[in-house]
Amino acid sequence: MRAMMGTLRAELVGAGGVVERNAYLTKRYIWWDLAWFAWTVANTLTIVFIAKGIEATGGSLDVNETMTTLLIGAVVWAYLGILFMFLMETVAWERWEGTIEYTFMAPLSRAMHLAGQGAFAILYGLIRAAFLFVVCAFVFFDLQMPNADYFAAFVVLVISSVSFIGIGMMMSVLPLISPEKGPQLGFVAQGTLLVVSGVYYPVEVLPEWMQWIAKFSPATYALDGIREAILEGQPVTAMWDEIWPLIIIGVVSIPLGLWVFSRGEQYAKRHGKLKRSG
Amino acid sequence: MVEVEEVPMEAAPVQRGAAVEVRELRKEFTLRDRKKGRFGKRTRVALDGVTFSLERGETVAILGQNGSGKSTLVRLLSTLLLPDGGSATILGHDVVAQHRAVRRVVNRVSVEASFFKKMSAAENLSYAARFYGMTAKQTRGKIPEILGRVGFPHDRRDESMENLSRGMQQKVALARALLTSPVVLLLDEPTTGLDPRSKLEVQDFIREIRTSHDSTILLCTHDLVEAEALAVRVGILDRGRLLCLEPADEIKRRFGAATLEEAFFAATGREFEAEGDEDDDREVLA
Repeated sequence: MRAMMGTLRAELVGAGGVVERNAYLTKRYIWWDLAWFAWTVANTLTIVFIAKGIEATGGSLDVNETMTTLLIGAVVWAYLGILFMFLMETVAWERWEGTIEYTFMAPLSRAMHLAGQGAFAILYGLIRAAFLFVVCAFVFFDLQMPNADYFAAFVVLVISSVSFIGIGMMMSVLPLISPEKGPQLGFVAQGTLLVVSGVYYPVEVLPEWMQWIAKFSPATYALDGIREAILEGQPVTAMWDEIWPLIIIGVVSIPLGLWVFSRGEQYAKRHGKLKRSG
Repeated sequence: MVEVEEVPMEAAPVQRGAAVEVRELRKEFTLRDRKKGRFGKRTRVALDGVTFSLERGETVAILGQNGSGKSTLVRLLSTLLLPDGGSATILGHDVVAQHRAVRRVVNRVSVEASFFKKMSAAENLSYAARFYGMTAKQTRGKIPEILGRVGFPHDRRDESMENLSRGMQQKVALARALLTSPVVLLLDEPTTGLDPRSKLEVQDFIREIRTSHDSTILLCTHDLVEAEALAVRVGILDRGRLLCLEPADEIKRRFGAATLEEAFFAATGREFEAEGDEDDDREVLA
């Protein structure tokens, strides 16, 4: 029992080490991060302005509600992008810096290694998503959200993050298999996930086969839940329809993500790809 | 080339309780072969039935040219590669089946210092120590102490690694390896590319580790002088085969050579500094 507690403690310290390292890196690259944030704001604005553009060209719509709907989609898109980016960097950045062999030969279990990477990604992504939402909603557009339950929206985003991390783990193995092109496939996963999940439109407008796939995407429930919380003021207690699928997808995706990563690691170890030059 | 009978390494007795035991270790890589068409492939043997053992506290050097299989051996012992045959154990733990146990007792220094370059020496050491379960409380005093021991200037501790010289970076790499108190230390060309002064400083520190720690050291190098100066036994690895592993004087005597360089030539039939022309192979095997 004592040995088990010692091992668990060492594992938690190790996962904390991953968080610590990412905090150092964020501190060192903070100006680049701000530049990246400015790009995300610009990108989000181009999407939210679409609602104003439709109104200006004679379209009939509730501009405030449509802009908020689009903003939520853009923020979730950006959030997912950050989570996947951090997880893809589990391998890609380490390979680029040359530390990959030292990290992968350390006695830290892969589960805790990826958990540490995921925990930092969620923390960093939530802060960034909150800033992005506030800057766009209230600095640029002065959107009105009188009924918004921000806490409920936050809870849904946090719960959905577990599923996103599981999917990100599966994606993060790609740079192990293809050092040159693997990291770019993370964008493919992000785009594919969101296109079926109703990122800027209701899922109902999609072809039937895409609607069927949407049922298995955590982003579908995340977007639904956050929109209900922000636009309709639904509390967490009224979100069970969104929360239970997110929990089930999370319970399945995390072990599946770890399994896929471990298969990729075995492949890399067999073929000599677990090293800095690929 | 002097005709000599190859040493039957397979028959070498493996000591009970040895720190490192390697038996018939084999690793091969599949490489693209443009001569065989667009999808042509060929197999290149990186390690071919390597057998040896290291006693606890012993320092052994493995000499070999680029592509001889030195780094493949180190990476197999570091649990970063899976062998295609044979076995390797460290303190009795199999490097494949018990890789977590092996990782707790092994650390390494490679030819590239390999750090997050925007981060400082202290930050790089700090997070690396966490991966070995060391808490902030444990490293607070230990990191400055160990950096001091390798001769790292106190006032540069918080400077980005990218501003440090290669020699300085390699000292931090040694500090990183020692921070976790490894029982087995794998050194893969730790002084390659260093200026003469830094090289001597790193070699002095390796000597200090040898005397002050109970570490078993496997030094892979292509520096003959370094191998002879630091190691109790020297092995010659050529094209994935370990041709011999014994004290340097024994090797010279057996090959009728005055120097280790001559012995190397006699054993392999090749000039020591000669480079192979198989760049693709070197990329995979290095």
